[in-house]
Parts: sequence; C-alpha cells; structure tokens
Amino acid sequence: MDFTIDFTKEQIEAIENVLEEELIELGVQSVILMDLAGNVIVNLDSGDTSHDVFSLAALAAGNYGAVSAMANIIGEQEFSLLFHKGEEESIHFSKVVDDLLLLTIFNKNVSLGFLRLKVAEAVKRIQLLV
Amino acid sequence: MALINPKKREVQVKIVYYGPGRGGKTTNLEYINRKFKKRILSEMVTVKTYGDRTLFFDFLPFDMGEIKGHSIKIQLYTVPGQVKYNATRRLVLRGVDGVVFVADSMDLRREMNIRSLQNLKENLESFNKNILNVPIVMQYNKRDLSEEGIPILPIETMQKDLNHQLKAPYFPASAVSGENVTATMKKIIALTVSSLRKKLE
Ligand SMILES: Nc1nc2c(ncn2[C@@H]2O[C@H](COP(=O)(O)OP(=O)(O)O)[C@@H](O)[C@H]2O)c(=O)[nH]1
Ligand SMILES: [Mg+2]
Repeated sequence: MDFTIDFTKEQIEAIENVLEEELIELGVQSVILMDLAGNVIVNLDSGDTSHDVFSLAALAAGNYGAVSAMANIIGEQEFSLLFHKGEEESIHFSKVVDDLLLLTIFNKNVSLGFLRLKVAEAVKRIQLLV
Repeated sequence: MALINPKKREVQVKIVYYGPGRGGKTTNLEYINRKFKKRILSEMVTVKTYGDRTLFFDFLPFDMGEIKGHSIKIQLYTVPGQVKYNATRRLVLRGVDGVVFVADSMDLRREMNIRSLQNLKENLESFNKNILNVPIVMQYNKRDLSEEGIPILPIETMQKDLNHQLKAPYFPASAVSGENVTATMKKIIALTVSSLRKKLE
C-alpha cells in the first residue's frame, strides 16, 4: 500500500489553527481539507451542524474531477475555484495544492466576497504547512 | 493511498468494486449496507442516472474497528461499468488501495469481463500503478443463475480468462442472495490492511 501525503500531528494542529482563525471565526458552518481520492484530512465545524463529511468528501472529489475534465475539454487547465449556491447553505471549493482541496460550507450570513478573501488567505497559509 | 490521521488516530482506506456494467457491483454494496447496518454510520450514497444505472459511483463508509489503536474507516466505492463512462471510472480509481473485480458468470458476458479487466489495468497504469501490485480479489458473481437454467461459465474458464496471471484469491458468489459477499469483502480488507500494520508500528 502506498500513502498520500503523510501528515504529522503537529501539521494537522497547525492546519486546524489556520482554519479556525480564518474561517470558523468568520462564521462558516464547516470546513473540510481533503485530498482528491476523497480522504478527509482535517474537518472543523462551528458546532451547530453535523454533516456527513465522508460522503461529502467522496462526492466533492468526484465533482472536482468531473469539472476539471470539463475544463480540459474547453482548453482550460482547471477551474481553480468552484462555488455551489443554495437558498440557505452554499459550498465553496478551492484548490490548495495539486492533490488537496478545501471545502467550505457557509450560510447566507457570510458574504461570498469576504469568504473568498478569507479562503485565499487560509490557502496561502496552508500551502506553507504541507 | 490510505490516509493516516495521527491526531485522530484514524486511517481511511479506499476499496473499489470494479467490473462490467450489470455485473452486480452495486448489489454487493447494497447487501453489505443491509447486513452491517450497525457499523455504517451514514446513508449509502449513490449517484444514479436515468434508469437506475450507476452514473458516477456508489459510496459506503464502513467502520472496521481498530488496528494498533487506530480506528480503520473502510470506504467502499463502485464504478459505473458502462463503456462510455471511462472518464468517471478513472476518477473513482484515484488513490485506490484495493480492488474487488466483480465478474458476471453469465455465458454471454464472457467477453465483457475480459474487456473490463483490461480496462482496469489501463486505468491503473494511468495512475502509474501496476495491476500486479494492487491488492485484488476476484468475485465470480451470479452463480445462482444456473439454478434457473441460465448458462453460466465454469469457474475454471473464468479463472483462465481473468485470473491466470493475477492469481488473486477468488470467490464464486451471488450478490442477490449474499453468498460470499461478506467473504469477498473480508478478503480484500485483509489483503489491503496487511501492509498497514507495519506502517502503524
Ligand atoms: N441472479 C442474479 N442477479 C444479480 C446478482 N447480482 C446482481 N444481479 C442483478 O443484476 C443487475 C445489475 O446489478 P447491479 O448491482 O446494478 O450491477 P452493477 O452495474 O455492476 O452495479 C440487477 O438487476 C441485479 O439484481 C446475482 O448474484 N444473481
Ligand atoms: Mg452499479
């Protein structure tokens, strides 16, 4: 068996801190750092949701892969940012590094513009940790 | 590519059920979902298309208990078998740790089994994996059809067609009745996690 990126306990804690400071404090419901195989690496939530994170990650990996394949067909390398808007809840996807995605679930109390800024900030900080 | 989380002491292992369309992959997962309800904490996820066929994949997370103080989360996936869905089939194989190849025992499906196995080999190669190095279990499904007088392939023929080179463990099975469905799953988990023990020392 081969292993994806191996994370140490310290790395995971450092990533958790970043996600807490940048995103949970902003008021998002839930953040998942995952790989493209569908594995959940870090998952934090605000405490008032209990999403099925493993199923979400499996579907997100498939979804991201499908959209990337669409990008290739129209001549793009990839769409580095994806966003699904719901009436109450929305999902934002952002690539962190080659194999890692950051999934953010937030409600309409959080503005998309501000969220994007904070996600970009979190991504930059996580890139230095992995 | 199993993922180890040293903080939560948790390991995620990805097992993919592969094989020709209509061979019984989804039926395997449905049986496991019913039989092991207590160990499955969430709903089975299935992405279906018009007419009930698997479009993208089925997904079933399964708690296997502990190895060396780590809780093992087995993630079972199926792929869509239809030829035209190769792009999505490849996506599901990303990061696979173990494969169950579900072959259809019906006489008529002989060629399709062979082609699907070839396709598995090619798709693994696209991720720089050699099929000979990936834990794999063969399941010869739908053995029950012979009782209805439907012609099925002898096990020896299926072994020669599909398992001559791989020499993988194999099970005659019936996913509808559940015969050897659990045995197949246990075998692939055992093969897949055997290398994990060392890593967790
Ligand atoms: N007789 C018989 N039918 C089966 C068996 N396993 C699956 N089937 C049937 O074969 C069809 C296709 O099964 P499905 O699990 O959807 O195949 P998949 O495309 O590989 O996911 C369904 O109608 C199943 O009920 C089996 O062991 N015996
Ligand atoms: Mg299916």
